[in-house]
Amino acid sequence: MELVNIAIKSIFIDNMIFAYFLGMCSFLAVSKKVTTAFGLGAAVVFVLMITAPVNWLIQENILREGALAWISPSLAEVNLEFLQFIMFIAVIAGMVQLVEMIIEKFSPSLYGSLGIFLPLIAVNCSILGASLFMVQKDYGLAESTVYGFGSGIGWMLAIVALAAIREKLKYSNVPDGLKGLGITMLITGLMGIAFKSFIGIAL
Amino acid sequence: MKFLRDSIHKIKPNFEKGGKWEKFYYIFEAHETLIFQPETVTKNKGVQIRDAVDMKRMMMTVIISMLPCLLFGMYNVGLQHYVALGAEASLLEMMGIGALKVLPIVVVSYATGLGVEFTFATIRRHPINEGFLVTGMLIPLVLPATIPLWEVALATVFAVIIAKEAFGGTGMNILNVALTARAFLYFAYPSDISGEVWYYLGEGAETVAGFSGATPLALGAEAVANNTNMMELMQTAGHGWSEGLYSFSNMFFGFMPGSIGETSTLMCLIGAVILAVTGVGSWKIVLSVFVGALTMGLVMNGLAVNSYMELPAHYHLVIGGMAFGAVFMATDPVTASHTETGKWIYGFMIGVMTVIIRVFNPAYPEGIMLAILLMNVFAPLIDYFVVNANKKRRLQRASV
Repeated sequence: MELVNIAIKSIFIDNMIFAYFLGMCSFLAVSKKVTTAFGLGAAVVFVLMITAPVNWLIQENILREGALAWISPSLAEVNLEFLQFIMFIAVIAGMVQLVEMIIEKFSPSLYGSLGIFLPLIAVNCSILGASLFMVQKDYGLAESTVYGFGSGIGWMLAIVALAAIREKLKYSNVPDGLKGLGITMLITGLMGIAFKSFIGIAL
Repeated sequence: MKFLRDSIHKIKPNFEKGGKWEKFYYIFEAHETLIFQPETVTKNKGVQIRDAVDMKRMMMTVIISMLPCLLFGMYNVGLQHYVALGAEASLLEMMGIGALKVLPIVVVSYATGLGVEFTFATIRRHPINEGFLVTGMLIPLVLPATIPLWEVALATVFAVIIAKEAFGGTGMNILNVALTARAFLYFAYPSDISGEVWYYLGEGAETVAGFSGATPLALGAEAVANNTNMMELMQTAGHGWSEGLYSFSNMFFGFMPGSIGETSTLMCLIGAVILAVTGVGSWKIVLSVFVGALTMGLVMNGLAVNSYMELPAHYHLVIGGMAFGAVFMATDPVTASHTETGKWIYGFMIGVMTVIIRVFNPAYPEGIMLAILLMNVFAPLIDYFVVNANKKRRLQRASV
């Protein structure tokens, strides 16, 4: 039940886009078509789901104060938390590389349409954000995995919904100055109002 | 009629190309077509369907279907005013008080909204959008009678510009314009649109002994917070000054506090019948919203963790703005799903989300507003999947 709660919470209530505004760059840039958005969303879910538990293991067994005690008792006072960012980023970058190779092998068309944004997942703030939140919230291994998965699904939901809206927007008569990113920002804000319906739900 | 037509013809050249008020052509055109049908009609050749219905006539139908809600709303504002003061009054007095509070809101909403519309039409040189005829009426109906008029104006301007004109006008918006206005007020001025604002009391008036301004939704939130019994609170509400205030029939007919147009489920249903018979609104959406809310209400009854969840499912349909939202907001043909299957899903999800927000989210006592906005956001996605499923099915059939 606890895990289900975490999943629901990370998908809807603490949505990466609408509650924390993380991962906005690719959210705005790769949301022109639903299929592409769906592909990127799936890649983000995959990366999040792997990096969260891997980073959890690193945090608990290497970085945390006193975590190195399992090597030898003399290391019990070592605190490597200052390495947190760089370690997490390294793990994320490695995972993204892996995803990139997988996508290139199995779906060259998706690989082509994602373009530069695939490697850029490495610096997608929502992924590093999930790892850092997970540490902050004192989650266990299973909880971290679910949290990573849920955050990814929430991000995917947001980008796919935005992509569907933007496909529909082809028929709109947007003023010249607002075309492109301007109107997308406006839509994001309006979506944020709608997503406010979840904020405040206590699970 | 002939005189009117002639005088319009007389001033028309001023607005046409080369005339001195050429800039304001679209404003002129809007008024002309509001009164008469357009003069340029298809030549009487070939096979055509001739129909007098255009956007303006369609929007007028929606307004007519809202009139019962508006009239009852005015009466109800007056009724609740006198009930809260514990005074006797005739029907006429109640209507008078109601009209005095409600009509200014309607006027302000139309004036500011149409002002923005005219400005945009003149600058961007596009025809004036008829959509605001409905929006301008919807905005007052979802606000409490005590709302300050300048807030009505502000919300209308915000909603028309950000939610509609930025997308190009009627038929191109993503979120329901009237609900955006309400959501704007809700987040910007929460104290004027939630809490103890539902009764119009008047300056320095003494309320009747035992008076409490709490709505059923507020009672529900209170019951959850204090772990008391909601049904009991509802039954004893109005004890001593307005017996049976929140009985089922009372709430169905709408003799209770609330936003101007939303209290009476009966009046909303009359509107729904008009919309369904004329084919302007989709009965599928209305029905599926109710079914969704009922289903989720029953699921809540099954879980029954607190007394709000034990509230009989059919009560959810008559409290708050459920019926009004389902009939007039969810059926907005622009922001709802466009596919027929999509409409069922869209409506059902609105009902489900409404009950979820009501019961689980103490921050928002009323869920229908945000539920509709949320599903507006997802409507294009639902359409996308429905269309794709259709494509897939037909491709399969083709290959066999």
